[in-house]
Amino acid sequence: MFSEFLQYLFTGTTIGATYALIALGFTLIYNASHVINFAQGEFVMIGGMTTVALTGMGMPMIVAVVLAVILASVLGLALQRLAIAPAKQADVVTLIIITIGASIFIRGIAQVVWGKEYHSMPNFSATQSLEVFGAVLNSQSLWVFGIGAVLVVALVLFFTKTLSGKAILATSMNKEAARLVGIRTQVVLMLAFMVSAFLGSVAGIVVAPITFTSYDIGIILGLKGFVAAAIGGLGSGVGAIVGGLALGIVEAMAAGYISSDYKDAVAFSMILLVLFFMPRGLFGAKVVERV
Amino acid sequence: MVRRIGKYAAAVATGLMMLSAQASEPIKIGSFVSATGPASFLGDPELKTLEMYVEKINDEGGVLGRDLELVHYDDGGSASSARNFASRLIRSDQVDIIVGGSTTGTTMAAVPLIQQARIPFISMAGAVKITTPVKKWVFKTPQSDRMAAERILRDMKDRGITKIGLISGTGGFGSSGRAQTLEAAEQMGVEVLADVTYGGSDTDMTAQLTDIRNTEGVEAVLNFGFGQGPAIVTRNYADLGMELPFYQSHGVASDSFLDLAGSSAEGLRLPASPLLVPDSLPEGDPQKEVVQDYKAEYEAHYDSKVSTFGAYAYDGLNLAVRAIEKAGSTDPEAVRKALENIEGYVGVTGEFNMSPDDHNGLNVDSFRILEVQNGKWTLIN
Amino acid sequence: MLNQIMQSRLRGVMLLGLILIFLPAFFANPFHYELAIQVGIVAATVVGLNLLVGFAGQISLGHAGFFGLGAYFSGIATGTYGWSSIPALVAGAIAVGVVAWIVGRPILRLKGHYLSMATLAVGFIIAIILENERALTGGPDGMSVPPLEVFGWQLSTFGRYSLFGLEISGVQAWYMVAGVLLVIATWFALNIIESPIGRALRSLKGSEVAAGVVGVNTTKYKSLVFVVSAVYASIMGGIYAHFQGFITPDLASFDFSIVLITMVVIGGMGSTFGVILGAVVIELLPQALADFQELEMAMFGLILMVTMIFMPKGLLPTLNSVVPNITRKKAAEVRHDSTG
Repeated sequence: MFSEFLQYLFTGTTIGATYALIALGFTLIYNASHVINFAQGEFVMIGGMTTVALTGMGMPMIVAVVLAVILASVLGLALQRLAIAPAKQADVVTLIIITIGASIFIRGIAQVVWGKEYHSMPNFSATQSLEVFGAVLNSQSLWVFGIGAVLVVALVLFFTKTLSGKAILATSMNKEAARLVGIRTQVVLMLAFMVSAFLGSVAGIVVAPITFTSYDIGIILGLKGFVAAAIGGLGSGVGAIVGGLALGIVEAMAAGYISSDYKDAVAFSMILLVLFFMPRGLFGAKVVERV
Repeated sequence: MVRRIGKYAAAVATGLMMLSAQASEPIKIGSFVSATGPASFLGDPELKTLEMYVEKINDEGGVLGRDLELVHYDDGGSASSARNFASRLIRSDQVDIIVGGSTTGTTMAAVPLIQQARIPFISMAGAVKITTPVKKWVFKTPQSDRMAAERILRDMKDRGITKIGLISGTGGFGSSGRAQTLEAAEQMGVEVLADVTYGGSDTDMTAQLTDIRNTEGVEAVLNFGFGQGPAIVTRNYADLGMELPFYQSHGVASDSFLDLAGSSAEGLRLPASPLLVPDSLPEGDPQKEVVQDYKAEYEAHYDSKVSTFGAYAYDGLNLAVRAIEKAGSTDPEAVRKALENIEGYVGVTGEFNMSPDDHNGLNVDSFRILEVQNGKWTLIN
Repeated sequence: MLNQIMQSRLRGVMLLGLILIFLPAFFANPFHYELAIQVGIVAATVVGLNLLVGFAGQISLGHAGFFGLGAYFSGIATGTYGWSSIPALVAGAIAVGVVAWIVGRPILRLKGHYLSMATLAVGFIIAIILENERALTGGPDGMSVPPLEVFGWQLSTFGRYSLFGLEISGVQAWYMVAGVLLVIATWFALNIIESPIGRALRSLKGSEVAAGVVGVNTTKYKSLVFVVSAVYASIMGGIYAHFQGFITPDLASFDFSIVLITMVVIGGMGSTFGVILGAVVIELLPQALADFQELEMAMFGLILMVTMIFMPKGLLPTLNSVVPNITRKKAAEVRHDSTG
């Protein structure tokens, strides 16, 4: 009984940690610009697919990973610079459609360059799965937890200790005020897109050995990341992490204990429950509308 | 999204090309396949096969002294665009026969229209409901999922297994396969003790497999599904250290499945056409030559590995040609009658014996049981 | 000139009607009629969605869910239970309207993007139910739907009908039905916009807080318009089901929801005739991209991006402001009227 529960917990937290990283990317961009960036999933895909393609060309894993992360970050920057920034007068809805266009564009290019097949990636370490109280823990899961935790700590330090991090926070809270105190908000926005592309690509790489990867893997992972961010209140970093883990665990528990047919419905019902009963999300911030 | 919007994409180009080809009065073979999208691993080899053999037949003098002309569209796996393209083939291109429909969903979407339009249609999709009950104008080349289920269960019983766990995808292929397995199991006296499912884009099936593992008395596990899902199931299965005999369906009978699943696939069994193991067929097996030729020709022409799914198109095209030759014309009713009475056609998938009550014409024995040994498909029987 | 024509809603609707009447002159075969019928049905759906996006300033990421629910309601009621088409459409619309009200009312009390999240969830839940309730819906492989039937008179694309002594084919008859529905949908939407509700909604777009202060019950109006837009989707979904004769859960997919919202934004949020143009463009664009084959998807994404970057207001409003302004009205004023 307990081993069963533990097994679902392991499975859920592994995928949940991935959702959390993607959700953090959504949150970061949403806070900085109020845009829901539907291209977030494509950063996840770029991370995994670039790594697979480069290792396939004979590059050492670690080099491939670094290059993949750099490529994704540059892409994030380019997205803000070339697609979001030029549309200055646009409505938020229009900006969202632009990110949808960007996501289709990136996916379309990836399909041409890398083909339509699924690809596998080896686990980071060759060790066998561990057995804990009768439940099996894939060695890759440890990598997912470890890298996820390191990134979260790094993010916290970034936002509390560095000037750039503080500038992003300030801009999220009040754009005009930030500008008045001399923060260049355009640069901050670029930084936000870059950091969230970075987070997405890392998520895409660490999870690829478990889920496989393909040119269209970003659709589903991006969507789950958005759901996680929504559960967490869209706009709260802690909310994104808790939302991601909660979503992963609920999915696994629903698949194991209730009906696997309806496990996704359970995940989506969580959004409705949160909206009905905790309208600001689990950790949503209080919003004051300027008139 | 583009898949859905892209439904009319190829239409204009092909339409223009056809205007210039009217003079020689070719026989028009229409086709809609899922050449892109989630079912592209079906549609892509199907389309390649059709294109290659239409060309080959024309080089050899055509059919009834007329050239064949292939009019094809990509439905991207979407049922509504499949229906639209079927309509275009019938109403605008006025084809003589349709060989198409990569998935059960795209096939069934076109069926009501085709039945009304009275055009012979040979589907390349699996579900038993396509030809059961018999629909006057609809035929199909792959074995049904019902046969796959029966073949797997028979192999299990031969090994003394009577209690199984079932895990299936929630997509069209998996859910129809699941329903057929449950029915067949009941008839054959096999108990399905656990019955779980996973979504088409799920990324981890450990929870579902744990459920099966913890079910008392399960002696073997069967996974019915296609796409990347079964490869993930296979990996999770190995990670969980499950050692019960493991079966997959014919939905993953391809080399790319082995690439994805890697060493986790070792020892699993599935029913498939002999195409994956052409050289292991005994001499004197009527299919041996057909299978070897198709494999050799396809791989020489396209420089990529042959797939079981392309064979469905090969058989569909050859059945169509045979029927037109026998009918002596392209009159729809005559062709339909001829199709219905084809006997003893030895194809890559199996030997077809059609009848007015059987628009598939294959039997369970056309499935061979393969096992993965040392990373390769091996013929068991 | 364009502005002038668009100025009164009557003239706008008349222009739409004229275009619809003369369009078949360009059709070469029945398949073209089929394309036009589908564009018409989808266009009527986005005219409804535009009320929500363009006037209540809310996004629905699950409108395909309502479309799919309407389609399946019609399919099951007429196919499985032998209802006549019209009662099925009406009952489906009521059911969908109730669902939208239940979801919309509590969510629309909140400000921000919450409706988009809630509708995303509702759309997915509807699609999952349609996929899993095999006994009722036929599961992921879909179900067939009988032809549209009105007072015992069946409308099949394969039938032949006579109208005022004129022999017409099934697709032509369907084209008329779709055309009339689009005109009615447009007329109804324009009337809502010009009604007190519409004016209240427009004040919402300006500033919700301000509207609330002057006594506009914002939640009530937003919920109402959300329900109306869902009902539009439901009815058109039902019509679409009869026309296609076969439906699958794809109709309720997130992809299709995104397609619908894209049509609204690219055509011009808030402009009823603009979103019709958006539907036409998005449905037909891939034809122009056919030559790009493998690159088709990338091209589509690129065009979508570039259009939105350079015409953030959408196609028609941008065209309107570019076309020389003969009436010498102030540009802003004209845009306000014409987008109505």
